[in-house]
Formats: sequence, structure tokens, C-alpha cells
Amino acid sequence: MALLELQNVHTYYGKIHALKGISVHIEKGEIVTLIGSNGAGKSTTLRTISGLLTPRHGQVMLNDKRIDHVPPHEIVKMGVAQSPEGRRIFPRLTVLENLELGAYLHDTRSEAYHADLERVLTLFPRLRERVAQKGGTLSGGEQQMLAIGRALMTRPSVLLLDEPSMGLAPVLVEQIFEIIQEINSQGMTVLLVEQNALQALSIANRGYVLQSGAIVLEDDAKALIENEMVQKAYLGLE
Amino acid sequence: MAAEAKAPTRRVSSQRTTAELLRVIFLPLGQLFAFILGSAVVLGLIVVVLSFLLSRDDPKIFQTAIAILPQVIIDGIVRGFLFATIALGYTMVYGVLEFINFAHGEIFMVGGFVGAGVAYLLNQWGILSNLPALLFVIITVLIGMTVSGLLAMGTERIAYRPLRNAPRLVPLISAIGMSLVLQDMVRLIATNTPLGFNARFETPNFGKPFQLASIPLGDRGIPVLIGPKAVIFIVAALLMLLALNYLVNATRLGKAIRAVAQDRATASLMGINVNQIISLTFLIGGALGGAAGVLFGMNIGTVNPYMGFIPGLKAFTAAVLGGIGNITGAMVGGIVLGFLEAFVASYLSLFTGGNFSGASYADIAAFSILILILIFRPEGLLGESTTQKV
Ligand SMILES: Nc1ncnc2c1ncn2[C@@H]1O[C@H](COP(=O)(O)OP(=O)(O)OP(=O)(O)O)[C@@H](O)[C@H]1O
Ligand SMILES: [Mg+2]
Repeated sequence: MALLELQNVHTYYGKIHALKGISVHIEKGEIVTLIGSNGAGKSTTLRTISGLLTPRHGQVMLNDKRIDHVPPHEIVKMGVAQSPEGRRIFPRLTVLENLELGAYLHDTRSEAYHADLERVLTLFPRLRERVAQKGGTLSGGEQQMLAIGRALMTRPSVLLLDEPSMGLAPVLVEQIFEIIQEINSQGMTVLLVEQNALQALSIANRGYVLQSGAIVLEDDAKALIENEMVQKAYLGLE
Repeated sequence: MAAEAKAPTRRVSSQRTTAELLRVIFLPLGQLFAFILGSAVVLGLIVVVLSFLLSRDDPKIFQTAIAILPQVIIDGIVRGFLFATIALGYTMVYGVLEFINFAHGEIFMVGGFVGAGVAYLLNQWGILSNLPALLFVIITVLIGMTVSGLLAMGTERIAYRPLRNAPRLVPLISAIGMSLVLQDMVRLIATNTPLGFNARFETPNFGKPFQLASIPLGDRGIPVLIGPKAVIFIVAALLMLLALNYLVNATRLGKAIRAVAQDRATASLMGINVNQIISLTFLIGGALGGAAGVLFGMNIGTVNPYMGFIPGLKAFTAAVLGGIGNITGAMVGGIVLGFLEAFVASYLSLFTGGNFSGASYADIAAFSILILILIFRPEGLLGESTTQKV
């Protein structure tokens, strides 16, 4: 039984047919990556899983329960967290308030909450130094860390990451990928959307290639790195 | 993530310290007092200078102008708090939805009517005149707040939520429609009950006005008076502002409201039920407007179904003046506008030798300000960055 599964999902923006029947499954403990060029439908897939978009056909299953018509705040409660594209930090709230909002569904006086917070601040020491700073004044990299940390604060069983390396300096990209691996090694299931295909595939167990709203390839990450078409189109290798 | 990690030695506190808490709650009030003082001083000085210049022709102008000044300032404060409490409803809803709820003036009016209705019933039962004034205020205000709050929440549910994703003009038109519907519904109810179109707002005896001072003018003394109802209005408004600041800045609900205001989709990814928060925002804004309606009706002694229109527009002006979406701004905008109006109403006729009756030009002053702000400082007095938005 897959932890999270999309079955023949069609999602539309009005008349625009953005997802044309995609099927994806993610097993517990995996890192699965979704690669594809701009406009392929990667973010749309994550928004559909999180309930921000409702598919017109097909289903989304979490632990064998249908969630495709469940509102987003309920889906969070069921254990799916997303660090959205463009980070979407609450700019006029402090770093700590952003993290507290991640824990909105939990009691912020509980031991468990403090343990979560401590863990996030240990993963991202730069955030600890900036807890009182307004989210909008963080650098891009720091905002990315905050977005991931905030998603972790919801205490998810699946973490959806939408282009966590976007706009980051190479050192920081390296660091973010290491952190994703670390989070995964602690038991978190991760669905990783990336432009940075090589790095994503190098930490993932499996991968899907999305093109114009359809899955064109699906394989183990190692096999995808070796795949000629992937090398040409996404890894910039000839 | 589970709680298996042992309790850290030095934990990052998520609870604000008491000092911080007091700061976020009282800082806006400090700003408010600064603006009250500032407006009073600036406008007072203008009056002194103008009347001094004019008194070369007619020496009595100076005397009169100075003698009525304290009363005008009190009047300005009362008007200011009226606009401020109504403006909060506009600004909260705008902060969360970027939508101007033009029916908010009617929510205020309904509060006034509910207050008058409760007073009428109390009178019918013969207990009105024996009721302690303060208890009467508390009863009517609480009932008015409840009805107006629920009504505001209902209008959102019926008239705005279905249009949430429509172009921005559409809910605006729906709000104007809602405003007309509410006016005429209240008119229908009022004219078919003993309340009548112009409903009297009965009150128990509030006692005599307090005399704060007496200003000598020639051989008479001009008393500086403040009515007990005005005192109650100011105190109640201050309490509401404090409560709102506490709610928005120091509670979990407040944090959710601010999150929804800043980014609705992301707020829902935090597990926040966005529709519920929007409903609660309307409930709170409506309740504040309802309280203002009750206090206003009580103050002037009569209510009618169209009384929400002008104060609603002025409170909207106040909200824009302070920077729409900004809670402190709404209060400050209300105060500044209240002062300007009180000064224009009292001094225009004095300074023009009775050629212009001030009271009827006060509205022109208010709306000229709206136009000027929209042209020259659309971000409002407090601007974007300086203070808390919702
Ligand atoms: N709000 C929207 N309204 C209309 N069309 C949209 C909207 N959002 C996305 N689309 C369209 O849906 C398609 C998929 O977009 P999506 O954002 O999922 O792409 P993506 O794979 O995440 O791309 P990128 O790598 O650039 O982020 C695109 O053609 C896009 O133009
Ligand atoms: Mg995208």
C-alpha cells in the first residue's frame, strides 16, 4: 500500500488542462522526485495533493483514503505538509511566528511542540539566530529554510517540497539537499519537485518525468540518471 | 516529528514575555494618544492664529474662539472614536480580503436599531427607568454587538463568499446591494413595529454632564461640559480597541487572522481554516460596528434606517486616511477626521462672519480629505511599513 497515490488525476485551471491524467505513488520512507521543465505541471501536482486545487477526474489517496475533495487545512491535519513554490513566507510575521503557524494545529505549550521547534532550529541554525526577525527581511536562502522548517512544524508524514533549491547559491543548494536527506533518514517521506534534476535524482529513490501535464517516464532514480532522454532534456548532457 | 528529543536546556520561547505583550497592545494606543494630542494642538494653534488675525476687525472673535476651544476638542474626540470604531470593521475586512465592505455602515445602523429595540422592550416591561445606566449600556451594547456581528457574518456567507473568486468589482457591487437591502429591511421592520422610522432610543437617566472647567468670557463663564454618554462612548471605544489589539497581536486567532491577511493559500497549508477565519473577521468587525451603532444611537437619542450611510462613508474615509488594512491606522484616521470635522463645524461660521454654516460644511471637509489622500498619499497617514497591518 502506497502512502500517497495519485490515480489518473486531471486538474484544470478554468479551461487550461494542466494535469492530463497522471498517476504517481509514493511509498513510506522514500524520496520521490518529480522533474520536468517550466510549465510541465509539477507545482500543479503538489497543489492538487495539498487540496489547493481539486482534480476534475481521478483520485488522490492518502493511506488508502480519498483526499481529493478534502479542504487543504484538513489535509494538513492528515499529515501532508508542503513547502510551496516561491517559499511563501508570511512577510510581516517574525521567523518564530512563521514557525508557530506551522504548528497551528498543535498546542504550542506542549513538550512535543518544543521538541519540534528545537529540531527545526537545529536543522537550520541560521533560523535560530533570526527568530525575532520579520520573515520578509530574510535572504532567499533563509526564507527557503524557514519554509521547510515551517512545513516540518506541522508534524507531517509526507513532506512536499516545491523547488527548494530555486535561487540559491551552489553551496546552499548542496546544503539544502543534505538537509533533505537528513530529514528523510529520520523517517520522513519526501516528494521533491526540482528543476535541478541531477541533484534531485542523486538523493531520490525514484523519479517521475513530467511533460506538458503527463508522466512520460518513471523509474528508479539511478536508471533515470542513465537515461539518454533525461540526460539530454534535463541534465544538460549530450 | 515526535517528542522523543529531550527537553532542550535553553528553549526558544514561543510565548511572548509580559513586557512584549504589553508593548504590542499598548503601543498602538500610545500612537493614538499622540495623534489625539497632536491634532488638538495643531488645530488649536490654527484656530488661535486665525482668530487672532481676524480679531483686528472684531475683538470678540478671539474671545469666543478660545472659549469654545475645549468643548470643540471634546466634541472632536467623541466624533473621532465613533469613526475609529466603525473604521476598524472596514479595515479588518480589507486587511483580510482586500475588499471594501460597503454594507458595514448598515451593520452599524442595525446595531443602533437593536439598541433602540432593546431599550423599547425594557421600557415596555417597566424596568428601564430603574436600571442603572451602566448596566443598561452593557446590556444594549452586548446585544447590539451580537446581532450586528452575526449579521455581518451572514452577509459574508450569503453575498460575498460565493463571489470570492470573481473579479474585484463584483463583490463590491454585491456589497452595495447588500447595503440597500439592509436599509430597506430595517425600514420595513421599523415602520411595522411601534419603533417607527425615526425610532427613539430611550435610556435611563444618565445624570448631568460633568463640568470639566469654566472659561471666563466677559462677565460670564462658559462651562466645558462632557456628557456622561460621551464619557461612556470614549471608555467603551478604548476598551474595544484594547481588546482588539490583544486579540490580533497576542492570540492564536489573531495570528491566524494575520496569516490569512498576508497569504490565504499558504495559511491553509498551515492547517488554518481560511473560511472560518474570514467569518470570524466579519464577526469581530461587525460586532465593533454594532457596538458603535448602539453607543451612537444612545448618544443622539434617535435612530433611523439610513443613519449608517454617512458615518459609514466617513469611517471609510478614516480607514483610508490611516492606511486601509492597518488597525492602528483606522483608529488614528478616525481621530484625525473627527477633530477636523469638529473644528470645521464649530469655527467655519465664526470665522466667516456667519456666511458659511460650519455644520453643513463638515461633510465637505471630510470627503475633500478622502479625495486629497487618494491623490497624494494613497498609503495613508501611517503608511505601509511603519505599523502593524492586520
Ligand atoms: N493559476 C493559474 N491559472 C492558469 N493557468 C495556470 C495557473 N497556474 C499554472 N497554470 C498553468 O498550468 C501549467 C502548469 O503549471 P505549473 O505551475 O504546475 O508548472 P511547473 O511545472 O511547476 O513549472 P515551473 O517549473 O516553472 O514552476 C502551466 O502551463 C501554467 O501556465
Ligand atoms: Mg512550479
